Amino acid sequence: MEFRFTEEQLMIQDMAASFVEEVSTSESVRAAMQSSMGYDPEVWQRITQELCWQALPIDEEQGGLGLGFVELAALLEQTGRRLLCSPFFATVCMALYTLKQCPNSDAKTQLIESLLEGQTAALVHTDANGSWQADAALPELKSGVIDGSASHVLNGDSVQWLIVAVREASGLSLFKMATDTAGLTREALASMDQTRRLARVEFNGVKLEDVERLCDPQQGSAIVQITLELARIGAAAEMVGVAQQSLDSSVAYIKERIQFGRTIASFQAVKHKCADVMVKLESSRSALYYAVCIADEFMAGSANLRDLQEAASIANTYASEASFFAAGVGIQLHGGVGITAEYDIQLYFKRARALEAYLGQPHWHRERLASLLLDGDAA
Amino acid sequence: MKLSFSAADEAFREQVAAWLEANLCGEYEDIRFRGGPGDEHVFVEERKAWEQRLAEGGWTCIAWPESHGGKNASIEQQVIFNEEYARAGGPGRVGHIGETLMGPTLIEYGTPEQQAKYLPGILAGREYWCQGYSEPGAGSDLANVKTRAEFDSSTQQWRINGQKVWTSLAHESHYCFVVARTDPSQVGHKGLGFFMVAMDQPGVTVRPIEQLTGTAEFNEVFFDDAVCDATDILGEPGQGWAVAMALLGYERGVSTLGQQMLFQNELDEIIRHAKANGSAKDPAIRQRIAEAHMGLRTMRFNSMRMLSGGDGSQLSREAMIYKLYWSSWHRNLGKLAMDVLGEEAEVLPAAPYELNRLQSMFLFTRADTIYGGTNQIQRNLIAERALGLPREPRGQS
Repeated sequence: MEFRFTEEQLMIQDMAASFVEEVSTSESVRAAMQSSMGYDPEVWQRITQELCWQALPIDEEQGGLGLGFVELAALLEQTGRRLLCSPFFATVCMALYTLKQCPNSDAKTQLIESLLEGQTAALVHTDANGSWQADAALPELKSGVIDGSASHVLNGDSVQWLIVAVREASGLSLFKMATDTAGLTREALASMDQTRRLARVEFNGVKLEDVERLCDPQQGSAIVQITLELARIGAAAEMVGVAQQSLDSSVAYIKERIQFGRTIASFQAVKHKCADVMVKLESSRSALYYAVCIADEFMAGSANLRDLQEAASIANTYASEASFFAAGVGIQLHGGVGITAEYDIQLYFKRARALEAYLGQPHWHRERLASLLLDGDAA
Repeated sequence: MKLSFSAADEAFREQVAAWLEANLCGEYEDIRFRGGPGDEHVFVEERKAWEQRLAEGGWTCIAWPESHGGKNASIEQQVIFNEEYARAGGPGRVGHIGETLMGPTLIEYGTPEQQAKYLPGILAGREYWCQGYSEPGAGSDLANVKTRAEFDSSTQQWRINGQKVWTSLAHESHYCFVVARTDPSQVGHKGLGFFMVAMDQPGVTVRPIEQLTGTAEFNEVFFDDAVCDATDILGEPGQGWAVAMALLGYERGVSTLGQQMLFQNELDEIIRHAKANGSAKDPAIRQRIAEAHMGLRTMRFNSMRMLSGGDGSQLSREAMIYKLYWSSWHRNLGKLAMDVLGEEAEVLPAAPYELNRLQSMFLFTRADTIYGGTNQIQRNLIAERALGLPREPRGQS
């Protein structure tokens, strides 16, 4: 049992931390938020050409580094910590991990090669209302054509490739789709958290070619389900970063701010709030570490789906509550300036809320676990 | 980062489990799952006999170095032992204070003579220890110790006067380690000594404290000219605080995984009740049961991280949150148990005041957030030591 990062993993984390701190400053986050794509393409260029983060989970025989979710989560904690605006999560945590599960095909090989080169992709797995649940009204494949729309698609407005989940009579299939495909339209959605771009994707008589098929209808549902579990864990990593920075910036602020002739950090009411944040933060970090181990074990075939679901729900719930609490307390500890646009704590608060809502809120996860514990069948 | 244990550790696990299965039965069947926190007053004689059975099997003090009779067990092996012990329903250990606190302190700070005098009794499961730290005026403010130790040069003995409180197992113990003031001109953590005091002497009186559960795990201990040989001070006069704090540092959390197995048993019992009485269908109760489950799983992940971390010389972040985390979780579990049982929980199994396990747990968990550093003290420690926030101002003592 070795429940901590190895030297190599710590090195990956440290390098990521200094890179993200350099490229994702308060000014650059705000510039990216307002930009047309929602991120800075030059930063993406550096991530994919200099640091090759996208290669991390790709197998070595396909030209990648052959690393896993432990390393990926180490990166995501750092990107979350600096609110990096980037298609990294959509491309690697979702699209790439979906592809890794698909059976071998030319379409899969080509798309992995494109992603390895630094192109971007998103998984389209939601319906017009943004639902990702089992009963979501996904586009139906009829006579080789799909119609319909998908909401809340992460970076869906700007990515170069889509992996589209479509319903067929016998199940759910995945297709690779170029974004210049006829009948496909995409638009960015205005969102409360502006650091994480959501989009609506519309299909109007879009023709799906069989050469772009990534899996059979018998396989798609399980693949998407697993990708969502992994994404919940990836989001937990980002949220641990959000919580950490919310706490750090708040602690720095209260040590400087003087009232009644003393720093407000010296008031016990303030200290105890910070301690409560730290308890939630470190607990969610422990839950995250467990979940990333399970994710890698699952991908290697040595953990089962129930273990993955449980780990994902615990890590995601703990990290959701820690980051929302940390950012909320952060605003309170900043006092009046906490609610200004100028200070960054509000950006963390919004990111925390966006990630909390993503792929299942804490009460959804609790009900799913309750069902496992009390009803004896998986949700 | 990996979750699995090595093949050698798994073999060790089988060895532990097999020994427990072969030994924790027959005359010891009744004490399985008994004698834990809140239940320490039961089956004391049987549990003492069990200590000796454990010792004969070589299963006491496994973390001690081999030179002192231990197995020099790795952290992983200690974790495995505690897990298997709890899984098998191993009873609450009468000897745990000697084994996990006093022994390691003696091994580090004791003279060879002191080690020879005290370690074998602990190792054999025959001599039990209790802790003399807290006093009526020294609870959270532990350094405010008023118990005095004066050296009588005519008898070459220390003479101890004062009162200790919240002493678990005092009436069952042969020795008490007592923090007492050797220099009355000093205050706070200065001028203290650390004494190993025999309990069986005229100057020591033990008085049980009846708790809200109707039982009495804790005691008051009065020292009225109790004596202690000159050779029975650990460290020098004036070093008492350092020794006392070092002692607390030996509890590195390996027992936490065993504690969590007891918590799991409690949660399982609550789930059985919830399924039986239909509250498992109540959406609010479902949320709380899931929350309890997640909290306990995360407690385990915290422990695994704590036990995998660092060189142990400095408390890590996950170690600093541990007490506040588990005590709050357990207190909530007690309330959940009552809410699942509803009005049924009001009626006791028997007069005058016999409690079932969940009733007892509910009441006793109110102590969890107080002993061993209250939740408020824990928050101060986290804020000051982990986050570097200013220390609390001190009043005049």
